[in-house]
Amino acid sequence: MTHALFLPHARLDDLIRQVQSAGYRVIGPKLEAGVIHYAELNVAAELPWGWQAEQTPGRYRLHRSQQTLAFAWAAPAQGLKPWFFAPVEPLWRLRRTPDGFGLEPCLPDAKPIAVLGARACDLAAVARQDRILEHDPHYQARRQDALFIALHCTHPAASCFCTSAGTGPRASRFDLGLTELDTGFVLEVGSPRGGKLIEPLALAGATADQIQAAQTAVAAAAAQQTRRLPAGDLAGRLAACIDHPRWDAVAQRCLACGNCTQACPTCFCHARRETASADGQSAEHSRHWDSCFGELHGHLAGFQVRPQTAQRYRQWLTHKLGNWWAQFGASGCVGCGRCLTWCPAGIDLTEEVAAVLGEAPCGR
Amino acid sequence: MKPRLGVYKFTSCDGCQLALLNQGADLLALLDRVELVHFPEAGPSAPEAAVDLALIEGSISTPEEAERIRGIRARAGHLVALGACATAGGIQALRNATEAGSAWRAALYPQPEFIATAERSLPVSALVPVDLELFGCPVDGRQLMAALNTVLAGGRYRPSGDSVCGECKQAGHACVLVSRGEPCLGPVTRAGCGALCPGQGRGCYGCFGPSAQANLASLKAVFAGLGLSDAEIGRRFAFITAEAFRALEQKHG
Repeated sequence: MTHALFLPHARLDDLIRQVQSAGYRVIGPKLEAGVIHYAELNVAAELPWGWQAEQTPGRYRLHRSQQTLAFAWAAPAQGLKPWFFAPVEPLWRLRRTPDGFGLEPCLPDAKPIAVLGARACDLAAVARQDRILEHDPHYQARRQDALFIALHCTHPAASCFCTSAGTGPRASRFDLGLTELDTGFVLEVGSPRGGKLIEPLALAGATADQIQAAQTAVAAAAAQQTRRLPAGDLAGRLAACIDHPRWDAVAQRCLACGNCTQACPTCFCHARRETASADGQSAEHSRHWDSCFGELHGHLAGFQVRPQTAQRYRQWLTHKLGNWWAQFGASGCVGCGRCLTWCPAGIDLTEEVAAVLGEAPCGR
Repeated sequence: MKPRLGVYKFTSCDGCQLALLNQGADLLALLDRVELVHFPEAGPSAPEAAVDLALIEGSISTPEEAERIRGIRARAGHLVALGACATAGGIQALRNATEAGSAWRAALYPQPEFIATAERSLPVSALVPVDLELFGCPVDGRQLMAALNTVLAGGRYRPSGDSVCGECKQAGHACVLVSRGEPCLGPVTRAGCGALCPGQGRGCYGCFGPSAQANLASLKAVFAGLGLSDAEIGRRFAFITAEAFRALEQKHG
C-alpha cells in the first residue's frame, strides 16, 4: 500500500463531484425498498450511512449500526452485472421495406459509469464476465469506459466466502481503492486514470497508523469468514459424484425459481425473443437473462435434457465450480454469497458442495 | 381480407377485456389490422358469426356456457383463452373444492331453483381444444398484445413457464420474501406480469398460476418457517388460481 492518501468522510462529495465532472454517471450503494443496492448517486449523503446488513441463507435484513460508516455491510442485493449486461435489452429491430426488410442495430448509447464502493467480489465477477462477453458489443458499449472506485471490504456478512474463493476482501483491480476507517478512507491509486482524477483534490498522505488500521481491518474481514469453498477446479471431483444422493435431497428444497442464477454476478445465460409490433411493420429482437433452472433452458431439439430439478441444480453447481474452469480458466464463483442469501429456501452452495464432496463446509 | 376477431365473455369480471381495451395506441393499430366482428364491451355484437381469432374471457360455469363455447370453437379458427378464469376456472372455482350440490346455493339465494349453475367452474380447455392460453388476473396487457401481434404475423406465441422471480430480479426489485419475510408466491408462480406485486412491495399471490417447475411443498415449508400456520398457508394457494395449484398438488401426491 504505497503512496496511500487519506480521504476524510467530509470530502467524499469532492471525489464524487470530481468523477461527475470527468463525465461519469456515479453508481454507488443506496438503501431503497429495504435493501442496499447499486443505484445512481449524486451526493455522499445518499450512501447507507450507519447501516449494517445481516445476510444468512434465505434471509436479508438491515440493522442500524453503532458506527457511522458508509460501507459497514457486505455485498449489495445485486452485483454490478445489470449495469453492463442488461437484464433485458433490444439487440436489433427489423422493419418492413418496399423490397423486403431493413435491419437497425440497437447499441446502447449511455454515459460511462463510475462505480463508487465496488466490492472485491463484484470486481472479480466483472473480470469474469469481461472474458465471457469480450466480443459482445452491447456489453462492451457499457463496460469499456467504466471507472471503478473499489471498497476493500471490512464488514463481511455471514454469507460471504470471498477469502476462500480467492477474490477478496481486498480488491485487486481498480482505478481507486478505498478502505474505510472511522473518519474517512485510506485511498490508493490503482491506475493512471484514477491518479489523474484525484490530483485536484490535493489529499494529504495517509499516516502509517491509518495504513496499518486499514490493513488490519481488511485482514480481520478475511478472518471473520466462516463459509468456504474447496479450492481449485472441482470438475473432476464433481464428475465423480454425479450420482450422489445429495442432488435429489437438495431438489426437495430447491424451488427451481432461478433466484440464485439471477443474483449471481457471473451467471451469463440468456435467451432471445422476437416481439412483433402492433402495426405489423416491425419486430424487435431482444435478449433477456435466462436461468438453467428455467423451463426451456435445457430444451434442445424437441426434448428437455434436464427435466428434473435435481439435474438442474447439479448442472448449475457443477458448471459454476467445475466446468467453468475448462471454459474460462477460472471458477464461476466469486464468493459473494448472493446465491445463498437470495435463495428463498436458503440453500447454501458451500454446504451443498461440501456434502457432495464429503468435506466439512466451514473452515473453522 | 382482414382476419375477423371476436371477443367473448363467460363467467368473469371483464378485467381481461379491459386489459385489451387499455392498450391505447397499440389497440388502435391492432384494430386497423383486424375486422372486429364481436366484442360487446367495445360495441360490435355478432355472437353467431364465424371468426378467425376468438378471445375467450371467463370460466365455463353453467350448462348454457358449455353449449356456447362449443359453438364458438366450431366457428373459430384460432382460439385463445384469456386469464385465470378461462385457464383455471378463476376464483369462482373455489366452489369446486367444496361439497357438490345445492346446499350453498340454497343458503345464498331465496329461490335457488332459478340458478342454473354447473357443479364445477371449468377452464375453457376442459370443454374444447384451446390454441393458446394467456394467464393472469387479469392478463398482462403487454403480453396479450405481444401474443396477438405474433399470431397475426403468422408466428406462434408461447408464454413462459418460468417463475416470477426471474422477472422480479430483472426488474431490480428487492425480494420481499428474503428481505421482509413476506409470504410471496413468486417462486412457484408463472411469469408474465413483470413482477407487478413485488414491485409494489407486496408478495405475489399467484394469479398467473403455477410455474412449470413449481415446488409447492418447499415453498410451504418456507412459509411455515416464517411462522404461518397450515391454514394460513393453505389460504395463500386457495385463491384466484386455486384449481391450478390444487391440480398440481394432486399430481405430485
